[in-house]
Amino acid sequence: MSDPTPLSAADVAKVAVLARLNLTDEEVERFTGQLASILGHAADLAALDLSALKVTEHPLELINVLRSDEVRPSLDRAEVLSQAPAVADHRFLVPQIVGEEG
Amino acid sequence: MAELPDDWEMVVGLEVHTELATATKLFCGCANAFGGEPNTNVCPVCLGLPGSLPVLNEKAVELAIRIGLALHCQIAPSVFARKNYFYPDQPKDYQISQYDKPINGIGHLDLPDGTRVLVERAHMEEDTGKTTHLGGTGRIHGADESIVDYNRAGVPLVEIVSGPDIRSAEQARRYAAELRSILIATGASDGRMEEGSMRVDANVSVRRGPDAPFGTRCEIKNLNSLRSVQRAIDHEALRQVLLLEDGQTIVQETRHWDEDAGRTQTLRSKEEAYDYRYFPEPDLVPLAPSDEQIDAIRARLPAMPAERRRTLVALMGEQATESQADQIASVVDQGIDRYVMAAAAAGVAAPLALARVANELAGALSDGGHLDEDTMVVLLQMEEAGEVSATQSKAVLADLVADGGGDPRAVAKTKGFEQMDAGALDAVLDAVIAENPDAWQRYVEGDDKLTGFFTGKVMAATKGQADGKAVNAGLRQRRG
Amino acid sequence: MSARRIAAEVAAGNRRAIEVVEASLEEISTHDGELHAFTEVHAEAAREAARGIDAAVAEGRGVGPLAGVPIGVKDNICQRGRVTSCASKILDGWRPPYDATVVRSLEAAGAIIIGTTNMDEFAMGSSTENSAYGPTKNPVDPSRVPGGSSGGSAAAVGAGMVPLSLGSDTGGSIRQPAAFCGVVGVKPTYGLVSRYGLVAFASSLDQVGPFAQSVEDAALLLEVIAGHDPLDSTSLDVPAPMLVDRLDDGVGGLRVGLCRDLIEGASPEITAAVTASAELLAAAGAEIVEMSIPELHYGLSAYYLIAPAEASSNLARYDGVRYGLRVDAANVAEMNAASRTAGFGDEVKRRIMLGTYALSAGYYDAYYAQAQRTRTLIINAFADAYRSVDLILGATTPTTAFGLGAKVSDPMEMYLSDVFTIPTNLAGHPAISVPAGSDAAGLPIGVQLLGPALSEERLLRAAAVIEKGRS
Repeated sequence: MSDPTPLSAADVAKVAVLARLNLTDEEVERFTGQLASILGHAADLAALDLSALKVTEHPLELINVLRSDEVRPSLDRAEVLSQAPAVADHRFLVPQIVGEEG
Repeated sequence: MAELPDDWEMVVGLEVHTELATATKLFCGCANAFGGEPNTNVCPVCLGLPGSLPVLNEKAVELAIRIGLALHCQIAPSVFARKNYFYPDQPKDYQISQYDKPINGIGHLDLPDGTRVLVERAHMEEDTGKTTHLGGTGRIHGADESIVDYNRAGVPLVEIVSGPDIRSAEQARRYAAELRSILIATGASDGRMEEGSMRVDANVSVRRGPDAPFGTRCEIKNLNSLRSVQRAIDHEALRQVLLLEDGQTIVQETRHWDEDAGRTQTLRSKEEAYDYRYFPEPDLVPLAPSDEQIDAIRARLPAMPAERRRTLVALMGEQATESQADQIASVVDQGIDRYVMAAAAAGVAAPLALARVANELAGALSDGGHLDEDTMVVLLQMEEAGEVSATQSKAVLADLVADGGGDPRAVAKTKGFEQMDAGALDAVLDAVIAENPDAWQRYVEGDDKLTGFFTGKVMAATKGQADGKAVNAGLRQRRG
Repeated sequence: MSARRIAAEVAAGNRRAIEVVEASLEEISTHDGELHAFTEVHAEAAREAARGIDAAVAEGRGVGPLAGVPIGVKDNICQRGRVTSCASKILDGWRPPYDATVVRSLEAAGAIIIGTTNMDEFAMGSSTENSAYGPTKNPVDPSRVPGGSSGGSAAAVGAGMVPLSLGSDTGGSIRQPAAFCGVVGVKPTYGLVSRYGLVAFASSLDQVGPFAQSVEDAALLLEVIAGHDPLDSTSLDVPAPMLVDRLDDGVGGLRVGLCRDLIEGASPEITAAVTASAELLAAAGAEIVEMSIPELHYGLSAYYLIAPAEASSNLARYDGVRYGLRVDAANVAEMNAASRTAGFGDEVKRRIMLGTYALSAGYYDAYYAQAQRTRTLIINAFADAYRSVDLILGATTPTTAFGLGAKVSDPMEMYLSDVFTIPTNLAGHPAISVPAGSDAAGLPIGVQLLGPALSEERLLRAAAVIEKGRS
């Protein structure tokens, strides 16, 4: 397992877009330093040969947790919409969507 | 059907999403129902409210396995994964789907003509809410605002991905049609494309000749009729060919098919594929159906369209004619082959049963109304025995279906369809022959086309009461 | 007065719940102006609930095992109709339309939710300084932090404002503040307590757990909230364990591992407290075994990849569309970004970006997957250890409560305070922090007991021995 390449400001800027966060230049610089430091500690993991181990997605050994296909009460629409920032025609109103997805 | 110029060949793969016919959504107990007042069918889970958690619907799993079995897929232990992206119709801003460990692995679908199309996978995932665009043109380009209804969010889907094996738009349409038939046959889906319960995305690229490497492909999203599937693919393939012949390159992108304008249009460019950052869903545990469970589902699986068509073909006795083959495909596709099977089991001649079901019954059912198999069988037996003529039988059938059932003999009696006795028919035949000596001369000399002429005259004279077969027999007997 | 005693007296009709509530409200009004443990006090609702309990008792109707006991609930546990904001601006004023399963359990038990407690924003922090409402102060020394992220819940109990509170623990967020405030805090086995209604931080690590002034009270509360929940797919299909009745069964015959890797790096006074606790256990009949689990050292790095990765996905839903803060913009993507930028604090943004990066194309295998394999390494190492010991003893934290503002400039420094608590979250194991004296400055010291999955019963027994020995 080779070391991953170090984190750059360009990486941070790209990640901020993916995460829908606006960062000032100062923040990009500051976060780059802080994140690089945290990831630097992760380098000690990179050095381990763990190829023989499987990944643990959660610590339980549970499988096949299912529920029966029975209808249960839904929420009261008024209560749901009362918390919405903007509503039109009983639906959640949002500004223009530019392009689909992402 | 459009042909591409020169040796250009299209390469097509289809991704079909089908909603599953469960009572509730994939991860919560909200009803899985079409229509309904917006945002009345939601709960903390399908709204993705903070603190909510998904719990998997066992019926959705069963239906997904049925689909996998019908497509001859490997049913494997599987894991749910998060597909992370921001979009207002996605309540958690991630979709719970399956990624590298889908429930159904590689399988195949055989088209009616025998061509085999690879199925790469058929995995489970949740549906999104529905966005309506306001202002502007009502389409996403030019809309000022949008409104979102989450009734559909969380509805169970299975996504079926074919290999890039399809080589024409028409073949794509046949694949989609056969897949739809299969999905309906499994009971997993109602296949109503116009309601959105089955949606087709097409990946289309072109290349020069069958050995050239694959070209850059474009994805055409959300084709919601079989006709659109064919038209859109034909259009897109030609668009790409024209661009390439003009020396341009194809930009890998997602396009939208405009049915009215008859063309595709850019939705978004995919310079690089979007980074969905898939990782295993930590709020769900792995799914590992046992062999016993899978076998039990397999045992319950109804016969698939291909098998049902084969059964009907075999029933025809000798080689089925092309017209019979069409009728067989049609009745199986509509799910009314059971009437033919019931009639054949009762001893009715299969070709007669097939013809009546494919033509008259199908037509009557599509106008609304219904009929049980036993009643249909009785009517067919009456026709076969000559109790009613073909024309009369059709009329009785129409009434029966409209009324949702009834006693065929009673209906025939009410309509005054008495069996015409042989003596009365002879008299009419002789009269018609006497009135048309020239035509009769030509018929005697061998002009069989005049059979229809004489039959028509007899029918007119008897007001449709005569039995066509008996008329035919009478004509031939007089000719000698 | 202990919660157990309160409940017994109320149920017997010897004390009225309304008096208990008024006493608690009195303590809150005396202390909380300074300490700021509560973000909201539900005085009227608490009084009404108390009157209901008293009426039930008077009418001879049954009441639950926590009847009349006032309790604080952390601001990331959904209480229907009450502001549940995770101490974040992005959820400022949000009122969930549903109760968390643990809240319904509390109400069924007759407990009275008297207030919502302060926390680090979205449970990300170790000092409660990351709260949008301002920090909570340590009740023993208000110039110091109470710990985090469940600092409000710890301080509320530590200051005697309530006998019980609920917190959540993802990397130590119950145990560390328990140690800092001198109270008992338990992180249950992963899956023992329902997460339905706990606003997710890191789904495979989060657990709700109790704070109390005594091991017995913590056991009582844990009995009430534990058990299978069909609304949580990661919930263990087990009934709530019997804990209170077994508490005094002692530790005779138990082998307790004194784990060097959970002690080295702790201050001399904390180390001494651990040693003293070991002696108490030995005196009570346990066998103390020195041991080492070197793999635990990788826990911090693995945690700071896994937790932010899951968090980055869990927090994507805060997009200004359906609830919470919306900052208007020309289009939806910009609206999402403007809302999230205004609504999230720095620590949350930092972890979202770290997590997004760890999951992103090209880095997934090197970071996230490798961290999950490290998790397996640690689980295997614990499994190995528990073949030769029944429990493990160590420090809860490397230091006692630090000063407000002391560690805010370097995030990594703050993360280091979780070094002893993180491994149990990765393994899904239970652990308890129990008070074990104080340092020269009078600041509380906590020691930590760890056990394998579903070993709460012997964990609490051992904790009870330490608690008894120190009193």
